[in-house]
Amino acid sequence: MSSLMSSLAASDERAVPTPAKVIQPAWVRTVHWINAVAMILMIMSGWQIYNASPLFGFLKFSKSITLGDWLGGALLWHFAAMWLLMVNGLVYLALGIATGRFRNKLLPITPSGVISDARAALTGHLSHDDLTRYNYVQKLLYAGIIVVGVVIVLSGLSIWKPVQLQWLTALFGGYDVARFVHFFCMAAIVAFLVVHVALAVLVPKSLRAMIIGR
Amino acid sequence: MGRLRSLLIPGVDKKLLVRDAVKVMPDLARRRFIAGGASLGALTLLTGCNVSDSFSAEDMLKKISKFNDAVQAAIFNPNALAPEFSESAITKPFPFNAYYDLDDAPTVDGKAWKFEVRGLVDNKKSWTLEELYKLPQVKQVTRHICVEGWSAIGSWTGTPLRDFLKLVGADTRAKYCWFQCADSEGYNSPLDMETALHPQTQMTFKFADEILPRAYGYPMKIRVPTKLGFKNPKYVISMEVTNEYKGGYWEDQGYNSFSGS
Repeated sequence: MSSLMSSLAASDERAVPTPAKVIQPAWVRTVHWINAVAMILMIMSGWQIYNASPLFGFLKFSKSITLGDWLGGALLWHFAAMWLLMVNGLVYLALGIATGRFRNKLLPITPSGVISDARAALTGHLSHDDLTRYNYVQKLLYAGIIVVGVVIVLSGLSIWKPVQLQWLTALFGGYDVARFVHFFCMAAIVAFLVVHVALAVLVPKSLRAMIIGR
Repeated sequence: MGRLRSLLIPGVDKKLLVRDAVKVMPDLARRRFIAGGASLGALTLLTGCNVSDSFSAEDMLKKISKFNDAVQAAIFNPNALAPEFSESAITKPFPFNAYYDLDDAPTVDGKAWKFEVRGLVDNKKSWTLEELYKLPQVKQVTRHICVEGWSAIGSWTGTPLRDFLKLVGADTRAKYCWFQCADSEGYNSPLDMETALHPQTQMTFKFADEILPRAYGYPMKIRVPTKLGFKNPKYVISMEVTNEYKGGYWEDQGYNSFSGS
């Protein structure tokens, strides 16, 4: 009893707290937010470019959510923001591999783990106590979105340079198919974004961790 | 955590006790959050403002587009040929595309038409259609890719531009071949010399083995399968070999000048 009292008294004297574990290091946070900006610029300008020759007759993006006002402007934005996306993306991939972060945070991913965590998430039983560890659903989606990110860039390059990079365009099944691949990757990223932002809002300490790191 | 566990009073909620204890400690975390939040807010402000309308944003975008010209020129492989297809792959009907309707497409009198050759060339004589038709011709079945994103496979027959440039004694160290057209607004487009010398760059006189129809640029089109469609001018009336960048119909409106595929 007395040891408890003395411990509480000690805390009254404004003891220095043990610092919380760093959940998201500074480089991760920096790369994350730069990517967020670059991605949004790419998607919004991409939608304006899409409008110039829609892949689906029923789908056109409202000008209120596109960037660039017209095809010419949208292309300027798209081919400018691509540099930000690419350089930042390469830094992220390089550091993620070199620091071992991808291996530590994203692996392993097991089917049984995904199923059980997905079930827990959907029934509201998934714990978020330890933000330093990703659950199986997170691991699957984060690893997955990295793959989608790589494919969207490669498919973009293949439709930008179908002569200079004709081997790449051929890998995607030709120019026309590559356009669809590029579109469906965008759709996957947008779907991820919706879920990602919703969950960050539902578990605010995860958003906080991505801003201040802890 | 072990030390804390030994302090717990039976019946007291572990979590609530810890939370209360934490509240007593100096809230460095909260201070840090505000500092972090403030800089995020600044970033939002920066991207949230109407940057796309301001003069400096457009300026920056155009500078990057110029940088992209240099990058594209660097990755341009003069030996890489645009893929060629079989005749069966030709898009039928091949689309008409211009900033005007087909009804307003120029009607050129082939007998009166002369191709003017200007600038850094030895022989500035102008050429009639009859004279040009006599030059050796090759056919290509390649993909036309529009800046809008759609594409169509077509068949174009004509004289390789690089052979013509040699014939007229053009200075192939010059930077551009600048083409002018017969339409009402004076469509024009600059072609970098390296691309002009590419084996598939062609002075086109036929489409699908027939004399170029009015819809596709009669009497002459410059076919450049290593670039986007708008760099393939139709109804061409003159060419100037020059070191000056003279602009282009779409290039002046912000479309990337190199626009290589």
